Amino acid sequence: MFPTPIQKRSEAVRVTYQVFLPIALILWLLPLIAVASFSIRPLTDFTQGNFWGWPSSFNLFTNYGRVFFESDMPRYMLNSLMITIPTVVGAVALSCMTGFALGIYRFKGNLLIFFMFIAGNFVPFQILMVPVRDLTVSLNLYDTKLGLVLFHIAFQTGFCTLFMRNFIKALPVELIEAARVEGVAEWRIFWFVVLPLMRPAIAALAVLIFTFIWNDYFWAIVLTQGPEAQPVTAGITSFNSQFVAQYHLMSAGSIVAAIPPVAMFFAMQKHFIAGLTLGAVK
Amino acid sequence: MATAASQQTWMQRNKMIVTPILFLLPGLLFFSVYVIIPIFQSFQISAYEWNGLGDLSERGEFVGLQNYRELMSDRAFEVSLWNNVKWLALYLLAIPGGLFIALFLNQTVTGIRLYKSLFFFPFVISQVVVGLVFTWFYLPRGGLLNTILGGLGFDTLNILGDPTLATYGIIAAGLWPQTAYCMILYLTGLNAVDPEQVEAARLDGAKGWRMLWHVVLPQLRPATFIAFVVTIIGALRSFDLISVMTNGGPFGSTRVLSFYMFEQALSEYGFRMGYGSAIAVVLFLIMLIFIAYFLYSMWRDERPART
Repeated sequence: MFPTPIQKRSEAVRVTYQVFLPIALILWLLPLIAVASFSIRPLTDFTQGNFWGWPSSFNLFTNYGRVFFESDMPRYMLNSLMITIPTVVGAVALSCMTGFALGIYRFKGNLLIFFMFIAGNFVPFQILMVPVRDLTVSLNLYDTKLGLVLFHIAFQTGFCTLFMRNFIKALPVELIEAARVEGVAEWRIFWFVVLPLMRPAIAALAVLIFTFIWNDYFWAIVLTQGPEAQPVTAGITSFNSQFVAQYHLMSAGSIVAAIPPVAMFFAMQKHFIAGLTLGAVK
Repeated sequence: MATAASQQTWMQRNKMIVTPILFLLPGLLFFSVYVIIPIFQSFQISAYEWNGLGDLSERGEFVGLQNYRELMSDRAFEVSLWNNVKWLALYLLAIPGGLFIALFLNQTVTGIRLYKSLFFFPFVISQVVVGLVFTWFYLPRGGLLNTILGGLGFDTLNILGDPTLATYGIIAAGLWPQTAYCMILYLTGLNAVDPEQVEAARLDGAKGWRMLWHVVLPQLRPATFIAFVVTIIGALRSFDLISVMTNGGPFGSTRVLSFYMFEQALSEYGFRMGYGSAIAVVLFLIMLIFIAYFLYSMWRDERPART
């Protein structure tokens, strides 16, 4: 059932395909389109049961304006940014180093450490929950952005190491050997030879981790509590209790919360996909 | 030569072992403190009755395997475990689903790149938003699903309010982004499929399912493996959707282990850290079966490269 390239098929097949594509897409994204259409309606449409008819008026700016100016939403968004960006930087930095160590050097326990990182990356969050929360409380970091950031860095290092190590392993060994013969110090090899070659991997990981962390919900509710530190995924529940049954505002809020990773994805698509396939599918 | 070697500093002589240690140290330290050690701590906590306040050794009461014994007769635990099985089994549908969409989209027509991205886009949205989107989609009054059902002359359904349907409703919501993920894995995999082999097989008269099964799928093995890994992990990690869509209800019918653990250890229902940890340990052991299998597969692939 490997499709014949459409160019080799008859005109009729080609036209059907072209017509079918947008229909399939609309069906696929239907729940999302529904929410987008909710977000531009006025409240009266919902109270009068006009969920799907023609909107009685278009309230795009009023609705989104209220999300931005009459709720904690901007604050949650800012928190999300202030949690996500340091995590990306930290996890990528740490994993460049671990990936370098595990991808270049041969020593006893290399594979063991590598597999430990992979295994840790797959464990259920709940097995970490109580001790991590306890640790965060005892460090006086409960309900702070830093507390979340530290945990996220540590946890994401597992996945990032997997990715970086495989990437570095695929680099030509001759380059590094040549540098060694020249007498270049090991840390200089890392900095001047390997790191510049890792740019695509760094880009891929950065986009991916950005999305993962932005979308994290579990740790946000375990390690934070109020609008002071909560990211937008956790904040949206309080947002929704502020606007109960006001579907126009709740849906506008959800869309706002979803935009940054979506924008990131569209801007850096190539890197994003390279990251998702764990570099294994070329 | 011998004198030159002895003139080297200790650091220079041992650089091939010291350097990797130094480079590993920060990452390893972080990872151990926040991931590896907590796993063992959870095992320990699961042998206590502890409300999370004060020190475990002072304020907790050692109960041995009591928590696990209690689990055996806990109805809610049983329901959660069953729901996990449902999640695992149904979530795997994302793999053929993703493959199907990938095959459908694997063409070169104008704008196909944009189509691919738009099909993928549910995966980029946070599960919290996916949960909300589907909650509104399922709304008994005014939700799109019931509007369509009503329009076609069917009875309306209150999916999330019906204990027999709610879990399936949530799984369907989860399948949406997961299918998108598998789709992108297969799309990338399809790029690497050798067109000559396909052409040769076609000349030999292979088509339809036989072509897919014997020629295309073997070449997609790496993609399928990753799709399996991420889907199984995703199914066992399901938490966000349940929390947002039903909060475990109606009547606890949508709980899974991860959610039930959270409920026991850290919600308005109580702070039973020990009991919660026991649930987490069970979930961990289930996951460990899969982790061990994944690691074994990776190790097998790793060996020829090690020489």
